[in-house]
Amino acid sequence: MSKFKKKRGAASPAISTASLPDIIFMLLFFFMVVTVLRDSELKLQVITPQATELTKLEKKSLVHYVYIGRPLKKYQEIYGTAPQIQLGDKFAQTWEIPAFVEEHRARVRESEIPAIITSMRVDGDITMGIVTDVKTQLRKARQYKVNYSAKQRSGKLQ
Amino acid sequence: MGNARRVSTEINAGSMADIAFLLLIFFLVTTTIVEDKGVLVKLPPWSDTPPETQQLKSRNVFSVLVNAQNQLLVRGEPVKIGDLREKAKEFIINPEHRDDLSESPKNAIISLKNDRGTKYKTYLEVYNELMAAYNELRETEAQKRFGKHYDDLGNTQKKEINNDIPLVLSEAEPTSFGEESQ
Repeated sequence: MSKFKKKRGAASPAISTASLPDIIFMLLFFFMVVTVLRDSELKLQVITPQATELTKLEKKSLVHYVYIGRPLKKYQEIYGTAPQIQLGDKFAQTWEIPAFVEEHRARVRESEIPAIITSMRVDGDITMGIVTDVKTQLRKARQYKVNYSAKQRSGKLQ
Repeated sequence: MGNARRVSTEINAGSMADIAFLLLIFFLVTTTIVEDKGVLVKLPPWSDTPPETQQLKSRNVFSVLVNAQNQLLVRGEPVKIGDLREKAKEFIINPEHRDDLSESPKNAIISLKNDRGTKYKTYLEVYNELMAAYNELRETEAQKRFGKHYDDLGNTQKKEINNDIPLVLSEAEPTSFGEESQ
């Protein structure tokens, strides 16, 4: 009896922490893969609406973003409260959209041009007027693939 | 000699975790898990000349009007968004062969017209419901024909179903009664 007790006491109680870095690295890699470093600062308030028939955007390099929403508080002094368009990281007008699309086309391989998708991130409370103008410009620029960015809706529609 | 070697082989890896933690925290802070999902649509080509007016049988057209107060008028009747999906499905399939609904899914055309003052949220909800109607019909068709989910079908099988239940959604130029003043 006493023999066993002695043995237990003698064994080192230290738990090896050698595998801890591995675990942390695993977490680290997960976050590194998931992370999308946002390249442009959002200057508009954009809360996308909810929908159910969603498609995932696969290839990031073939997607460009058009934001539509009201300017954030700190930009309201200059830009007012009317809905604005943001392309990249600056405010834009509707007529700048074809050039923006063209610029993206120049960056990708020719065979991939038809696969370019415009992701429209539009605030739910914006009226359709400005959205229609943007759509018209996209059609004029022959950019027909559009994705209306939306969140997954879980509940039922009232 | 033996003693010195033993010391040099044991590198203390305890601080490795700290370094990894630091990196981890950096990525945690900078991460914005963006939801890159949305309703995929295909816009029609632009033409400067107004399109020719086509005469369609009115029974084949499912007209949806959305006004600036975000109210719906479906085939001349006010409808709630929640009922739109079922209405559209009934129109496309026409299970009882009524003569005021579409002749066949191939002939069915959905016409959507909104106002410039319609809220984007409402517009997207309506669009979503119409797409959902088609997706549900295609799903039931896939189950009936192949006993599989539509998403699991091969390309030729998908094409076959899409050919029989084509999504024809035509959007008219919006009216501008309720446009927000800029």
